[in-house]
Amino acid sequence: MSDFTPSEMMTIAAARALSNDDVCFVGIGAPSAACNLARLTHAPDITLIYESGTIGTAPDVLPLSIGDGELCDTALTTVSVPEMFRYWLQGGRITVGFLGGAQIDRFGNLNTTVVGDYNTPKVRLPGGGGAPEIAISSDEVFITMKQSLRGFVDKLDFVTSFGHGAGPDDRANAGITTKGPTRLITDLAVWRPDPATREFTVTSLHPGVSRRDIEDTVGWTPKFADSVEETPAPTSEELTVLRDIHARTRAAHTGT
Amino acid sequence: MATILSLKDAVARNIHDGDSIAFEGFTHLIPHAAAHEVIRQGRKDLTVMRMTPDIIYDQLIGMGCVKKMIFAFAGNPGVGLLRRLRDSVENGWPHRIELEEHSHAAMANAYEAGAAGLPCAVFRGYRGVDLPKVNANIKTLTCPFTGEELAAVPSLRPDVAVIHALKADRKGNVFLEGITGVQKEAVLAAKRSIVTVEDIVDDLGPVSSNATVLPRWTVTAVAKVPGGAHPSYAQGYYPRDNAFYIAWDAISADRDRFQAWMRDNVLNAGPDVFAERVSSRNSAHLEPTA
Repeated sequence: MSDFTPSEMMTIAAARALSNDDVCFVGIGAPSAACNLARLTHAPDITLIYESGTIGTAPDVLPLSIGDGELCDTALTTVSVPEMFRYWLQGGRITVGFLGGAQIDRFGNLNTTVVGDYNTPKVRLPGGGGAPEIAISSDEVFITMKQSLRGFVDKLDFVTSFGHGAGPDDRANAGITTKGPTRLITDLAVWRPDPATREFTVTSLHPGVSRRDIEDTVGWTPKFADSVEETPAPTSEELTVLRDIHARTRAAHTGT
Repeated sequence: MATILSLKDAVARNIHDGDSIAFEGFTHLIPHAAAHEVIRQGRKDLTVMRMTPDIIYDQLIGMGCVKKMIFAFAGNPGVGLLRRLRDSVENGWPHRIELEEHSHAAMANAYEAGAAGLPCAVFRGYRGVDLPKVNANIKTLTCPFTGEELAAVPSLRPDVAVIHALKADRKGNVFLEGITGVQKEAVLAAKRSIVTVEDIVDDLGPVSSNATVLPRWTVTAVAKVPGGAHPSYAQGYYPRDNAFYIAWDAISADRDRFQAWMRDNVLNAGPDVFAERVSSRNSAHLEPTA
């Protein structure tokens, strides 16, 4: 099976980043697809947690919201939202927080609040929700989003969730002890922070993607690792499982 | 002490112009019917709070009921942005509302602090981000034991909490389960509360001793409104109507279409329409078919 979309490659590459032992705080949208694909392929025992309070959930279809009944029905247990944020996230029990965003900069700082000025925004985005504390209380953060000039910007209009600030000491200076964003998985590449500068650097290009494609879709001059690998193409199993869950999800959400 | 009332009377007696109101329900059990009753009764200048403002807040804002909103994530989950909220914030239609923006962790802690009778909530949050620059209610305090600097926000103590629950007994004791969100905290933090329920029964029955039960003396008014959470859901009664959430995006995109929808489905309707909306979606165990 060689035909796949960039979006499928993104979800599959993101799923591969998760392991069976992870306790993952799942954001909605692209992160949710990746986390459930991991659960249905190589990481059957991964613990998926949604901020609605569902712990160890195993949905048959992807939830449209973070609190669909499917999540509660299939969870090991469901706790209140204050408990979720206090005991489970702030308590340090999450290994991976999986986030998306509207805007990202080269240090993995995210904006989901406003485009333009805060008080007179061009676009009023939803806001941070759980992300500001997911970004500081999870052991590490994976980010998945599609590359575009609108989304990958030189300077964020608003910092909703903290990544690496502007360099290697900024998390510590802000009183944050966790690792922060360690992987950025896009529709074109896998990026990791440079060990010295913490700037996200392309470490793996998806099949058929050129360096030029990367340069054309980010609002800064992107850095590439000394040795850039090619992301292994999706396997037949990965594609089949992903397409099946998307088909079940579409049918469930449109009521057909 | 809980009084069992019609929804119309529960709202008329407990919600006044200028009140602060928490309509809570975290995806599950969102009190749509109660919010529609507030709109129908023409309440104005409300300060509304909710962790995840979605369709009901889009409706309250679009109908001009809201002065200020305290929130953390305002969106139509999995679908997109709230178009009536955007029209208010970006274009001032029907008027510009005031925003007090927090994170989920902050609001969850703030409701809990409200329920606990504390003046503020303390947690590890907001590090490195811009929200404290635009929200004067986000401050820090230093732990007197460790010296750690922690975030502090005022507790949330609304005039009225409005929630939807699964059932109540005839005395007004309220039962809910599943994703319970911050409803218990919101009710205990509020001065008054309105709870709509799917059913009122003689006895709550065999529920887990750890189920969420709000004793009747913590609740002000209970109103039976079957289907009252639609298009949200009620665990064991009817599923989330995801197709409606998707459809709302187009309904709310246009001012005229929005107003026509509100006229037909809210202003010229009553709480009884909710039962019809979920009647074809009832979970099988309520209506055994085999």
